Amino acid sequence: MYVSGTDPQSDSFEELAMPLFDQLYNFAHWLTQNREETEDLVQETYAKALKGFSSFQSGTNFRAWMYRILRNTFLTSRTGLKATLTVSLDVEEGGPALASERETPETVFMERSDWQRVQRAIDDLPVVFREVLLLCDLEEMSYREIAETLSVPMGTVMSRLSRARRMLAERLRP
Amino acid sequence: MVCEPWKTQLDTYLDGELPSDQMHAFDAHVRSCASCAADALGRVQMKHSIRAAAKRFVPSAEFRRQVRQSIEAKPRRGVAGLGWMIATVMLILLAVGLAITSLGRQQARQEQQLYSELADLHVGTLASSSPVDVVSSDRHTVKPWFQGKIPFTFDLPELANSEFSLLGGRVTYLEQTPGAHLIYQLRKHEISVFIFPEGVSRSKKAEPSVVAKNLSFNMESWSQGGLWYCIIGDASRADVHELAGLLKRSAGLPAF
Repeated sequence: MYVSGTDPQSDSFEELAMPLFDQLYNFAHWLTQNREETEDLVQETYAKALKGFSSFQSGTNFRAWMYRILRNTFLTSRTGLKATLTVSLDVEEGGPALASERETPETVFMERSDWQRVQRAIDDLPVVFREVLLLCDLEEMSYREIAETLSVPMGTVMSRLSRARRMLAERLRP
Repeated sequence: MVCEPWKTQLDTYLDGELPSDQMHAFDAHVRSCASCAADALGRVQMKHSIRAAAKRFVPSAEFRRQVRQSIEAKPRRGVAGLGWMIATVMLILLAVGLAITSLGRQQARQEQQLYSELADLHVGTLASSSPVDVVSSDRHTVKPWFQGKIPFTFDLPELANSEFSLLGGRVTYLEQTPGAHLIYQLRKHEISVFIFPEGVSRSKKAEPSVVAKNLSFNMESWSQGGLWYCIIGDASRADVHELAGLLKRSAGLPAF
């Protein structure tokens, strides 16, 4: 005999996590660039998050927490390890690019871009730049949220973001 | 390039990450500077294009259902369900408990019956006019006498240095199984030693050595070498135990 009622913790996890499902799936696919791996990654992320939900501190950023789990899971996967190893060691160097270096790529970008070209250009970015660009421009996360998600200082977020935009513009240049 | 300091912060401005006072100053500058306004417009459009292009991958309904199912809250049993569960478990425990108790009682009853029968044999034999069929204090006479009469053989202890003396023996039956009934004497006490094949009764205890008191007789029983021994008599428990020790040693088992 059953009476109505569910585990309250599991209940609230589902309520918080399922609205993020589409976003997380999309972001995961951008990371893995493969549908099967994406599904594995998302499934594992939800399983890990549910398991660790008791350690999630209420009142803190749930979205950043979920993205962090997803990203860390990705980084420890075979594809993730391979992707991060291909990134040049000087990626953290530089800092925000000077305007003179940008050569107003936006103009070029606007003239030539179409979705497929932009998608290919994003795909071509090394994963550390791809993820920061997507978290900022697609997920509209604040720098603080991104820093929290990626577990890096805010200055690193800003320099990676600047570099990502510059690289994207270069890829879209004729 | 008077706008250089502004342009370096254009992305931060468009991402809404400048402190509020700097945001206001930037707003004012962009409204008054055509070059910065054009750059800002281009970058905003770029951000929009990235957002549109990046919304690319959509999970299948099947995969969504699969993940939801894996995390969905499991129905838990309520108080009523828990009550029924506890009641069921209690009933099972009670039934098992009763069965064990019943089994225990049955075993105890059978055991009691066995020892009573042996006590009867002991008393009946001593009351008869010829308690033993082989009258001898010599173990080398008594032991061979049983040859061909019972389906097993046994060793008897050397009693030279003890207070016990062997009076003799006879064939007896317990639950239709033939066995040896030996009678020993200790001072004025006559003590019976019964030896049967080990499977004589399933009701006897499995413990290697049992010391008991039945109908005020002291008893000790044990299994050894495929045989089951039982000593019964009105001698003290210590005396019974001592005789048991002698028999065990003669059969190669350390006395305990």
